[in-house]
Amino acid sequence: MSEHLIQHKTYNFPDQSGHFGPFGGIFVGETLMPALEELNRQYERLKHDPAFWAEFDYDLANYVGRPSPLYFAERLTRIGGGARIFLKREDLNHTGAHKINNTIGQALLARAMGKTRIIAETGAGQHGVATATIAARLGLECHVFMGVDDIQRQSANVFRMKMLGTNVVGVSSGSRTLKDAMNEALRDWATNVDNTYYIIGTVAGPHPYPMLVRDFQSVIGREVKEQSLKQIGRLPDSLVACVGGGSNAIGLFYPFIDDKQVRMIGVEAGGLGLETGKHAAPLSAGQPGVLHGNRTYLMNDADGQIIETHSVSAGLDYPGVGPEHSWLKDLHRAEYTAVTDDEALAAFRTLTRSEGIIPALESSHAVAYALKLAPTLPSGHVMVVNLSGRGDKDLHTVAAIDNIKL
Amino acid sequence: MSRITDCFSELHLSGKKALIPYLTAGDPNVATTLGLMHALVTNGADLIELGFPFSDPSADGPVIQRAIERSLAKKTTLRSVLEIVRQFRTTNQRTPVVLMGYLNPVECMGYQKFTETAVAAGVDGVLLVDMPPEEGHDLQPILRNAGLETIYLVAPTSSIKRIEAICKQSSGYIYYVSLKGVTGASNLDVESVATNLARLRKYTKLPLGVGFGIRDAESAAQIAKVADAVVVGSALINRIAELKDQDNYTLAQLAQQTSLIADMRKAMDR
Repeated sequence: MSEHLIQHKTYNFPDQSGHFGPFGGIFVGETLMPALEELNRQYERLKHDPAFWAEFDYDLANYVGRPSPLYFAERLTRIGGGARIFLKREDLNHTGAHKINNTIGQALLARAMGKTRIIAETGAGQHGVATATIAARLGLECHVFMGVDDIQRQSANVFRMKMLGTNVVGVSSGSRTLKDAMNEALRDWATNVDNTYYIIGTVAGPHPYPMLVRDFQSVIGREVKEQSLKQIGRLPDSLVACVGGGSNAIGLFYPFIDDKQVRMIGVEAGGLGLETGKHAAPLSAGQPGVLHGNRTYLMNDADGQIIETHSVSAGLDYPGVGPEHSWLKDLHRAEYTAVTDDEALAAFRTLTRSEGIIPALESSHAVAYALKLAPTLPSGHVMVVNLSGRGDKDLHTVAAIDNIKL
Repeated sequence: MSRITDCFSELHLSGKKALIPYLTAGDPNVATTLGLMHALVTNGADLIELGFPFSDPSADGPVIQRAIERSLAKKTTLRSVLEIVRQFRTTNQRTPVVLMGYLNPVECMGYQKFTETAVAAGVDGVLLVDMPPEEGHDLQPILRNAGLETIYLVAPTSSIKRIEAICKQSSGYIYYVSLKGVTGASNLDVESVATNLARLRKYTKLPLGVGFGIRDAESAAQIAKVADAVVVGSALINRIAELKDQDNYTLAQLAQQTSLIADMRKAMDR
């Protein structure tokens, strides 16, 4: 068994049919069912092939630059005034976020399956850029679906994708953001299913996506375990990560599920505050339902219509969440909370000024909660915060909030 | 015997094929939808697929997406769609109505509550596009016990193994999706439809309906030669989209606006 496939003693999800307890599953039109079955078959075969993981590891080491450091943030720790805060530096990866771990894995799958055309959805553009990057490297045709509102908000990433040779397709249906881009990608896939591979960017979507994206992102938690043992001689006491779809959080949490003494905390986008309804925090303030191929906690109205979400961070601005997070919440194995836009922005500035690290607004949510939690914990407590991406892409957003024109 | 079964046996006896229009309830408003249902029957429809709106219709093409957006803009809910059916039944006890849509509004209402309300309203069957048979294990027994049919889709990509499983779980009729893609696409290939239907008939005695890509009288007539039912959605929605958001259309006006269905009926019966 490859070290990439973590065997837990008591936790073994998803089950054969792709369920995490009552969550997950495959909720798509019949046209896509055979494609998902085929993807599942291929992944089940490849994941037992050492050559597949060897190529994955090689790319992560030599193309992405892994392992990413586990960095003791001494000045941030002093500001928190309690627990020792370590940062897992996913922001130092090629393309600036954890997203590339997954696109490399899935692109290798696509190539093994003989697919010549890649599609993806993107919100902030990070997953779009990571997909465009790997498509360029493998010489695959690539189309990225993006809401027209997001295209305006994230013009730099749109330009990056175009430079990389990707066709960026504007989506003007629905709320014209990430969820609508995902609908459009599903429609394209149903139409071009023979030659097309759909690289989903997070641990959501129909089975087997939540499982395989998790497996590829688990490199984050595996490295943290090793680094933690080496640098401090034991496992950390708590893990903190932001949760939109939840791929960076699952990547960090999953290898620790059996280590019951390690607290796992997912931080959702509280937007203008949970009480205002203008947020993107389905685990904190939603209920179970079915969207984008899986059953999970969602934000919907009394009639089951998905409602528009709000977050200052485009990457967290999504009404659903990966089904495994829903299950970890109901199992009480992980805790989920939310911080507001303002708290995330304050943390963005604090980390930038105290450590010289400009975090993505998504990751700033994790930092914000860490700074709330740290003072309540003793100085012997070791907390690992997943710094899932760098903040260069957010400079325009932050400047606009400060009324500065770049 | 259910209304759907009766409908297909009567057609079979008279040597005719079923004509099934799809319309999105609440587009342009619920009053007009009710009028349209009666107009469609006047024009020769045998069964009506009534779509209830969902904010994220990921299996639908642009025409039905926009119809759903118009319906949602009028605040149409699953409850108000069930109310349309109840009103339709006050004057029409004959034409079967199949509710079609996505699972989440049904989940949100609750399986039991949905089923009771649907039966009380006079619904005959349910087709949930994002609920494959594998995920129907909780809802389907509730529907079956209440006498509602569960219609499932079969696609050109479905394997024999899947077809067998789908046929086993289906009731009422089976909806064969005539092409890869979303609703309203244009690359209909009658020959491959005929081949696939022949393959499908080995596994079921249920009537086979064909939809996706049927846009005019001629394609309806061609499909009617090989299928038991012809489903028309986007082409009809395009006509309905021309209606204004007013609630005083006469039956004659709505029948005129949906004369495509009368044309299809004529061509299919020729």
